[in-house]
Amino acid sequence: MDLRFTDARPTAAERKAVEKATGIAEVESHDRIRTAGNLRIFRTGRQSILDRRHLLLPALETVQSEIGWVSEGALMHICRVLSVPPAEAWGVATFYALISVQPSPPEVWHICDDIVCRRAGALDLIDRVDAGELRPPDSRWAPSPCLGQCDRTPAAYVQRAGRDDLVIAGETPDRINGTAPDPARLTDGGTRSDPIPQFGQPHLRLLRRVGRADPGSVDSYLAAGGFDALRKAVEMGPARVVAEVKASGLRGRGGAAFPAWIKWETVANSPEPVRYLICNADESEPGTFKDRVLMEDDPFSVIEAMAIAGHAIGARRGYLYIRGEYPLAGARLLRAAELARERGFLGEDARVGVNFDIEIRRGQGAYICGEETALMNSIEGFRGEPRNKPPFPTVSGLFGKPTVINNVETLCNLLDIVTEGGEAFAAVGTSQSTGPKLFCLSGSVRRPGVYEVEFGATLGELIEMAGGLPEGLELRAVLLGGAAGSFVLPELLQMPLTFEAAGEAGVSLGSGVIMLFDQHTDFGDILTRIAAFFRDETCGQCVPCRVGTVRLEEALARIRRRPRPGDLNLVEEIDLAMRDASICGLGHTAAIALRSALDLGLL
Amino acid sequence: MDDAEVVILWGSNARAAHPIFFHRIIRAVRRGARLFCVDPRYSESAQWADLWLGIDVGTDIALSNAMAREILVAGLENRRFIERSTLDFDRYARSVEEWTLERGAQVTGVPAEAIRTLAHAYAKAESAQLCWTLGITEHHNATDNVLSLINLALLCGHVGRYGSGLVPLRGQNNVQGGGDMGAIPNRLPGFQDVESDDLRAPFEAAWGASIPPRKGRHLTQMFEDMEEGILRGLYVIGENPADSEADVKKARHLLEGLDFMVVQDIFLTRTAQMADVVLPAAADWCEAEGTVTSSERRVQRVRPALPPPGEARTDSSIICSLAREMGHDWGTPTAEEVWDELRGLSPMHGGMSYSRLEENGGLQWPCYDENHPGELFLHSRLWEDPPRGPLAPFHPVPWVPPVDRLTDRYPIRLTTGRHLDSYNTGVQSGSTDSPLRLGGTLDISPEDSSAWEITEGEQVTVTSRRGAITVPARVDPSLRPGLVFMSVHFPEQADINQLTIEAWDPKSGTAEFKATAVRVEKAPAPVG
Repeated sequence: MDLRFTDARPTAAERKAVEKATGIAEVESHDRIRTAGNLRIFRTGRQSILDRRHLLLPALETVQSEIGWVSEGALMHICRVLSVPPAEAWGVATFYALISVQPSPPEVWHICDDIVCRRAGALDLIDRVDAGELRPPDSRWAPSPCLGQCDRTPAAYVQRAGRDDLVIAGETPDRINGTAPDPARLTDGGTRSDPIPQFGQPHLRLLRRVGRADPGSVDSYLAAGGFDALRKAVEMGPARVVAEVKASGLRGRGGAAFPAWIKWETVANSPEPVRYLICNADESEPGTFKDRVLMEDDPFSVIEAMAIAGHAIGARRGYLYIRGEYPLAGARLLRAAELARERGFLGEDARVGVNFDIEIRRGQGAYICGEETALMNSIEGFRGEPRNKPPFPTVSGLFGKPTVINNVETLCNLLDIVTEGGEAFAAVGTSQSTGPKLFCLSGSVRRPGVYEVEFGATLGELIEMAGGLPEGLELRAVLLGGAAGSFVLPELLQMPLTFEAAGEAGVSLGSGVIMLFDQHTDFGDILTRIAAFFRDETCGQCVPCRVGTVRLEEALARIRRRPRPGDLNLVEEIDLAMRDASICGLGHTAAIALRSALDLGLL
Repeated sequence: MDDAEVVILWGSNARAAHPIFFHRIIRAVRRGARLFCVDPRYSESAQWADLWLGIDVGTDIALSNAMAREILVAGLENRRFIERSTLDFDRYARSVEEWTLERGAQVTGVPAEAIRTLAHAYAKAESAQLCWTLGITEHHNATDNVLSLINLALLCGHVGRYGSGLVPLRGQNNVQGGGDMGAIPNRLPGFQDVESDDLRAPFEAAWGASIPPRKGRHLTQMFEDMEEGILRGLYVIGENPADSEADVKKARHLLEGLDFMVVQDIFLTRTAQMADVVLPAAADWCEAEGTVTSSERRVQRVRPALPPPGEARTDSSIICSLAREMGHDWGTPTAEEVWDELRGLSPMHGGMSYSRLEENGGLQWPCYDENHPGELFLHSRLWEDPPRGPLAPFHPVPWVPPVDRLTDRYPIRLTTGRHLDSYNTGVQSGSTDSPLRLGGTLDISPEDSSAWEITEGEQVTVTSRRGAITVPARVDPSLRPGLVFMSVHFPEQADINQLTIEAWDPKSGTAEFKATAVRVEKAPAPVG
């Protein structure tokens, strides 16, 4: 690929896909066509097309999903339509795992070979798929990092050109064989019979509607009390909503546990009139799937929570950025937003809400885009590389404007905060960790799934809720917080799962991952997968992380085989360099799991 | 630039010639600024513009005057600023009276409506930056061209305010610094007039020597002096006149006729090859300690990363050695000592100690004392009530066409410019490869290509009143019929300055590189 425009032309189908994504059928020529009239002057009209860059990822995504890959002709067409230099668009297209710039068959199977799925036979599945079994002849497969289906392993995400993408999860290879999975089960509305292990329990707040309200029906949501909170928030006015959030003590559920009200208040008080809200639904931390459950089974609550947040901070537009590997959640949210708009809860002429609308953007396979500023760059049509902070998003976020970005679960807590008041919310849980919390249990556990508890429940209690370990297995270690988290030993079963207790123990709750490992676990294999994950997912823009993740993987390989003197020190030094000098959290956390495993003697 | 509402690039193809600066323009445009480009060619920069005006070469004053009249007729001038802060407005207003849009259109070749659009956009903008480079200054009436742009800025009050100003883009990272340090014939360091006894006195006292009380000769005059036999010896520092002078054949002849020539350079340029003595110099940007001053008057420190190769030495070390040979022991001052001496003599640099420069990442002059923060922009005094210092005068300027007239024998206008991948005469950029390099070509419009039956790559002979060269043709859609273009980068292959005219501006000494009358013919087939 050259860095300039070539003569490659798009096919009619590619052209149509780009039009679908951008709304632009033809390129207005800002290349000057020679006529007598413009040998002397030329109005480029360029000003009018400069703001199209943010459509780059949707355009690439749509071509990818309609055609199966992005040809040079399609890329050139996108560049002309959006006025983006080809070298830049190429850089963006090749950044994402789900976009192919090479010819690709109509079906691509992304088979999870990450920590939990490995335990559930993913490698055997891969062997069979690689041999051509199970999948259609005109297809290929690729290994994938965690697909967020750890409660129904092993899992595969299937990209299908021109058709809805699929997730095949919790099927044994034999059941997949010969019988195509039923797409309706995955993409229609309708309640599932076994949505969550805690289904029906009275204490549920975040999960109360899961399995009860039809995720495809706004009436069903209304009947379950839907949009009452939004109505109330509008009555209260923005300042009161922010005050209630402050009183609630709500802290972010995405991993950093930052007090939500600080972001909200900063943006609400900004002198800049244009502000944005972003719901971070790029749930990609291995072992995390709580947001998926909320989005798949209670999508309207996410929409309602965003509308409340948008109202509170004075934003006109919100973006929900969801990972591409969640086709069902994406489809249901899109539908939910449409229905909410139809019923006057969203959009310019919203009757109930305020003038606030939501755009749903699908990520294309990049863990790093879960980092808030990388996510913003991704929405803006750039490579998903994190930005240096400061400035923080509350000052200069999406499109350089003040932006509140919160995780799905964080936002969903708003419904109760508004309905019951911040103080009532703060009474739940502990003083530093208020409200309910979702945890994702997976691995060696009888009933893996999302569990809701009040902050303060212990690790042991959660494992108990999930039925403990299967017969004959005993707990060797727990990975708390996912690939970016740390291992803990059964000694910590009495630890309350709160921000303060975790902080005291020197661990992090992260995104709520509780991954259980039994006595048969090969920790070397698990750590190798984690190291490969970070090496693969580093965006590469800063040296400590780009080089450090590779060196960690190499050092680990030696430690497993035949350690060289100093390898353990090397791991420590690399970790220090990455913590000190990486731009974002990926580099800061890439060595934590490895170091904790080494400290605990798991290796 | 970051907050300007309107940006005009006038006689500047910044995207190719000032690419780093152009990033700032792109940022402004992305933020919503309207970019206008005035350039005979539909240049790379013009492709980013909201509106491009392809004027005839050398009709800048006609355009400026027509804009001024339109602004006045529409009542868009900044009356309050004019009355309070300027002089000679009435004379100026009368001088542009004849420049109706129609007359402007007729002279510049650009439709009246486009002139009107530009005039209104500039006058109505809250803030507007007017940027120019060699398209304005490489003319026989360079200074008048600049004055005509200044007139426009005064007319609309687009000067001395945040986001509004006049922006002459400098060619190197330190052209501004060279001038500031007195490397111009009529100024001592800090722009102090050498012919003023009061200003000269502190220098004489500090240096313990008398300074000639009259201004020196500029480059073009020096060549005249060589021609008259007055100038017999030449000391050239970091300049390559044997390639870069207009009417270069003549210039080379004059250089060859000198009694003695010393060249001090980091490369063995064509001029150096003609010298009696070559003094190899260190590369200032990586092998020397000192300061540079950018277009925005920001003085920044430079530190050596490498020792100079071989016998090369820093310019200051060479100059001090020469002084010693001539009987003046200046010692071996450090860069900071030299700088501190300058600070003592140039008030506008007074507050810029090395430690402050380091702390602040550079400071913008004027910076009079250690507590002065430097100035983000100049001329804000004009907005004070009442304005401080002398008022800003309008300078009525008449339009005069280029010296090299188009006639039946020389019917084509040749203009010159720069490409992104190359730098000036190619001394510094020619030794590295670039996928963008076009080489030395004569660029012609698609229309002329078919009219003259000259195809891409075909050898053509370009003849001006001074010489003829043969080069391959390249078809370039940025040109219109009757306008051809050559870059200045490849004197070996395309010795452009054999064609250019040495007619120069008496006020600035710049030659009219931008407007040559030529004819273009297929080159005769090589014999044998």
